[in-house]
Amino acid sequence: MRVVRGFLAAVALALAVALGAAYVMRGPAPGLMVNQPLQEIFAKPGSVPIGGQFSLVDDMGQPVTNDDFAGKLRLVFFGFTNCPDICPTTLAEIARTIELLKDDADAMTYLFVSLDPERDTPAVMAEYVKAFDERIRGLTGTVDQVDAMADTYRVAYEKVGMDGEAYQGSGDYLVSHQGNTYLMSKSGEYLTHFSYGTAPEEMAETIREAIARFGGAGGAT
Amino acid sequence: MTVRTHLIGLLSLFVSAFAIPAGGQDGATISVHQPWARASILASRPAAAYLTILNKDDRPVTLVALETPAAGRAEVHQTIKQGDFMKMVPAGPIEVPAGGSVHMEPGGYHVMLMDLERPIEKGETFTLTLHFANASPIAISVPVLGPGARGPEDD
Repeated sequence: MRVVRGFLAAVALALAVALGAAYVMRGPAPGLMVNQPLQEIFAKPGSVPIGGQFSLVDDMGQPVTNDDFAGKLRLVFFGFTNCPDICPTTLAEIARTIELLKDDADAMTYLFVSLDPERDTPAVMAEYVKAFDERIRGLTGTVDQVDAMADTYRVAYEKVGMDGEAYQGSGDYLVSHQGNTYLMSKSGEYLTHFSYGTAPEEMAETIREAIARFGGAGGAT
Repeated sequence: MTVRTHLIGLLSLFVSAFAIPAGGQDGATISVHQPWARASILASRPAAAYLTILNKDDRPVTLVALETPAAGRAEVHQTIKQGDFMKMVPAGPIEVPAGGSVHMEPGGYHVMLMDLERPIEKGETFTLTLHFANASPIAISVPVLGPGARGPEDD
């Protein structure tokens, strides 16, 4: 017993010495440093290869491209109207974020992009988005157009049968997809993104910060 | 559908002799709380309903089927997050542990209401019947909230 205790004491002493030496050699822990710059929450516009040119069809059936939305920061999110749980939750949280932004809300464009263009016609998109907030624009297009847009935004998606297995090509299906909401610059460059489930309060705060940093409506980038 | 109804009938016969008492009220051993649904907006798209099942019994109960006049098909589905990839899959039978509960909420378990004949609209209510493998069925009234509701207190 005594031997064990002596051995433990020796180990503890050795550890203390080693830690003390490490502390002296490396200086105080980083947390103790002052004048540390605030962590940058936005990517330098153009530095992250997410976003860019696209051509789709809006909820009034008009063709639209990335450049048609120039001049305002954008919130871009993806989904499909036949989605019972995730997409209404995301749209409800975007609608709540718009509400929290109050007067600042108009400095942004809100784009809901369908990942199910075969069922989401412009008319379906119009009906769907207006149930959440009139300011949300619904975008769809041909399968190729949507594929290209999703690829630009690095959004993976796939059809899944109602049984949860790979879609066999007939009958009803759901679309599994990435649940990120992207905050993009006035020319459509990536600034940051929000994961699914981010609180509207947090999104509104980050958006306000982006408006302050990258300007409100009008002007370049 | 008919097969399922028969199955439910058989199950009910089988369990009636030793079923756990169940009901919508707080006093019952199995009870359902805070049901709500989101408006479907269109008849062509599915709606979702959410609720909490409380089991005060000392045996687990298993939710095996759901039916409602509001939809041709009602099933519990589960949203699964794999990294930032969101997937929805049928949840299968749901076991409510002894003395425990199962909570359905956006982003997790939800009752998916499919094959609607008409849109489920805000302000209406519909009956939803929960069938258990080892307890008597519970019929509840589900209020329909707006498509943007995020919980039972929203509108």
